[in-house]
Parts: sequence; C-alpha cells; structure tokens
Amino acid sequence: MPKLKLPTPPLPPSMRPAPKRPGAPRQKPLDAAAEAGMHTVDWIDERTSLSGGLRWLMFRKVPKGTNWFYTLGSATMFAFVSQAITGVFLAMYYRPDAAGGAYESIRHINDDVFLGEFVHGMHKWGSSVMVILIFLHMARTFFFGAYKYPRELNWVIGVALLILTFVMSLTGYLLPFDQRSFWATIVANNITASGPFVGPYLGDFLNGGAEFNATTLSRFYAIHMMLVPGIIGVLIGAHLYLVTKLGTTAPPWIKAKPADELTEERA
Amino acid sequence: MPKKQAKSKYTADRGIPGAFEGETVTRRRFMVGTAHATGAIATSAILLPALGFALGPLFEEHKQRWQPVGAPDEFADDTYVPKVITISDGIGEAGKTTVYIRRRNPQLDTDKLPKGFESEQFVAISTRCMHLGCPVRYTEAAQRFICPCHGGVYDFQGKVDGGPPVRPLDRFYNRVKNGQVEIGPRFSVNRELDRFSPRNPGEPLDGIGGILYPSRPTARKLDSLPQD
Repeated sequence: MPKLKLPTPPLPPSMRPAPKRPGAPRQKPLDAAAEAGMHTVDWIDERTSLSGGLRWLMFRKVPKGTNWFYTLGSATMFAFVSQAITGVFLAMYYRPDAAGGAYESIRHINDDVFLGEFVHGMHKWGSSVMVILIFLHMARTFFFGAYKYPRELNWVIGVALLILTFVMSLTGYLLPFDQRSFWATIVANNITASGPFVGPYLGDFLNGGAEFNATTLSRFYAIHMMLVPGIIGVLIGAHLYLVTKLGTTAPPWIKAKPADELTEERA
Repeated sequence: MPKKQAKSKYTADRGIPGAFEGETVTRRRFMVGTAHATGAIATSAILLPALGFALGPLFEEHKQRWQPVGAPDEFADDTYVPKVITISDGIGEAGKTTVYIRRRNPQLDTDKLPKGFESEQFVAISTRCMHLGCPVRYTEAAQRFICPCHGGVYDFQGKVDGGPPVRPLDRFYNRVKNGQVEIGPRFSVNRELDRFSPRNPGEPLDGIGGILYPSRPTARKLDSLPQD
C-alpha cells in the first residue's frame, strides 16, 4: 500500500467514499490503475517531500466572508499565464525585422497560419484583460484594507507587477509594426525622453541610439518576451509566497468575534 | 567578577590548531573570502559586458551624411517642397523622414547663420513635431505646419503658433554641391532660432530648458559636419 496520504477536503459524510463491503472482489482494474498512480506519486514524494509544501499552499484556512472578489488575483495570474502561452506560440512565427519583415510576419500569422488570427487575438485582447483585472485586484486590495500590516511588502510587490505589466503593454504595442504601433512608440519614447536630466538618456536607451533604428524593434522584442516576463514570473512567485504565508484578510464588514474570556457575561 | 578579556587577534593565541606565528586571519575565513571574491569576479565578468552591451548605443554617435534632394531651382522662397531623406539605415520606410525645403528669404529669415554656414541658402524643416514626435504636414492654405496627433500648430518659419509643442520645429543643415541641394545633420532651435545640437521632442530650449535637457553623446554639438 502507498504510504502517501492524500490530503482530502472535509467532505460531508454522505459524499465520502464508502469503505469496501466484505466479499467484494479484491481489486478491479480501475483500482489497480489508481494504485499504480498512487505509487508513482508516492515515489516522487518520498524523494522530494513535495506534499507538505503543496498542502501548505493549497489547504489554507480562509477567513469568514471570503467572496468572489478574492479571485481577482488568481484571475490576473491566469491572464498572465494565457499571455505567456499565446506569446510563446506567436514567437514561433514572429520576426523582429524593422525593414518590413515584422509587419509581414504578423500579416502571415493573421491571414495564413491555422488559428493564427485567434491566437494573435487572444494575445492582443488578453493584454487589455490583464490590465483591467490587475486594476480590479488592486482596487479590491485597497478597499478591503488588505494592504495593511503585515501585508505592506505584498502591496509593494504588486505595484512593481503593475508597472511591469505596463512595460509589457508598451513594448508589445510596437511589435505588429504598423503605422499605429510605430507612431505610438515614437510618442512613448519621446514622453520618456522628456524627463529632465536623465530623460534624454532613457530615450536613447529605448531607441538603442539617437533615432528610431534597426535595433529598436529587436530591443523592444527582447524586453517584451524575455526580460520582463522573467521578472514578472519571479515577482508573482514572491507575491504568492507572501499570500500563503500571511493568509488573506476578512472583508471589512466582518466583525472580529471577541475571545470568549473577554466577553462580559463569561467574565 | 573579572572583566572578560578581549580575544587576541593572533590565531596562535586563540589556540587554533596549526596556527602560524603572527597569523591574524583564520584559514577558514581566508577560504570563504577567496570563494566570495572568485564568485564576484566571475559574476562581474558576465554582467559588466552584458550591461555595456545594452548601454553601448547611448554613447555611440549617430552617423549622419549629406543627402542630395534636388536642384536648387526646384525651391521657391514662399512655399515648401517636401523631400524624403533617410535618417536610419537598413530599416526601409521606417527609417525615412520628410523634410520641407524652401529658399531662405532675407526679409523673413533674419536669424544669424553660424560661422562656416554664412552661405546657407535654404531652410530645411523637419516634420518631427516638437510635442512628442508625430509627423507634421505643411498646409498651404494656412501657411502653417499642423500636427495630426495632439493639435500642434507652427507658423511659416516653424515657430510655435499654438498647441502643446515646446519649441520650433527642428531644421537640417544644408548646402549646394554638384548642382544639388544636400541635406545634412539635424539641429534644434530655440524661440530665437539659435542653433543647438539635436534634442528630443518635448524638450524646451528656452529659459531653464537648456539646463534640464543637456545634449546627448549620441547627438553632440556639431563642431565638424560630415565631409564627403
């Protein structure tokens, strides 16, 4: 028998699996398959002790009053994962070539590739969805007071994630390389460059030179598909770790029940 | 109670086995230090070149050259003729820009020409809007440059007439060679049309602007224009 005891959610008695009746056949094929799977998981767990961490992550106590608003963070993360997956597949066809190849490769994705327009559309509209969700998640945290002690650091990480999401929106906007993306990027780079003292240098950094040139597009592409997603992934990990470690807050309308020994009648 | 005696700095006095006379750093600390130093050297050997690689273009001067755009008699002094030049090589259409060119009008163009350019006969105005860099167009009926993005308006000389732009339109050095008008490097101007090294849009050059927005290494003051 496997040693691993899978964590089970507290189900009502009627939904728990019934114990075997005496005289039932010992092992049906389905049981054998289940046992084989169990053995595999057990083998991994014996060598990694992952189950403890998983239990710590998945089976947390949540406060009374937890509601649908608490899913906005997961929804944002799902939007990010969706962007990452569609982005990887778009990268298989995309060419960051400012001399016309970029526009042509996007046209190829949209017009010729099977389901290309769909995947491109998912990525394009998904980016807006992610920005909307991240703002709703931020508003939930703000209005529920969930940024207060001891969760301030998680708020700070969240703001960093918000800014990085904007960086993704900015750098991704150039990639289709049509008139709209080209001029929008010119404007964005010039807004960056209009900061005093360091602005001109930041503008040159974004352009990769004094003017929009052959390396600007590949720069934006590298930032968009490698640099920023990596940082976002790491920060989401830190964000989730803190959520799991500190737990979530109850909504502000739930009053804390005073401890028994503190109520007047008891005393 | 006797005061606790401070530990001797010599390893030999602290009873560490195998200590040398006069040795103050334990071999364990020495090894830890060596390992950390090696790690630091190895990491910076990767990081510093990568950083320099990414930041290098900040300090590289933007290559510019003279580009012929047409015969001198194509250009009148009361209207502009649009011509296309290349400002970034190797990216096709995206590297091109339109320049509006007219002959200098001594009555109108009273700005002082810098030393070495006293014989400049043409005014070559960049289409880059000085608000945020959208392309302006010259509207003949209004005799004005108008920007489609945020409503910047410039007068016949490229000075700001209205809207958000912070300084007059950039211009280009020009000369006549081999019977052709040639367009050279870009320069920026302030309200009095004094020449400055090229600045990005959105950077004023009047008053405190020149201090807030210094010239960049990629586009320094043009002491020597490209020959050839």
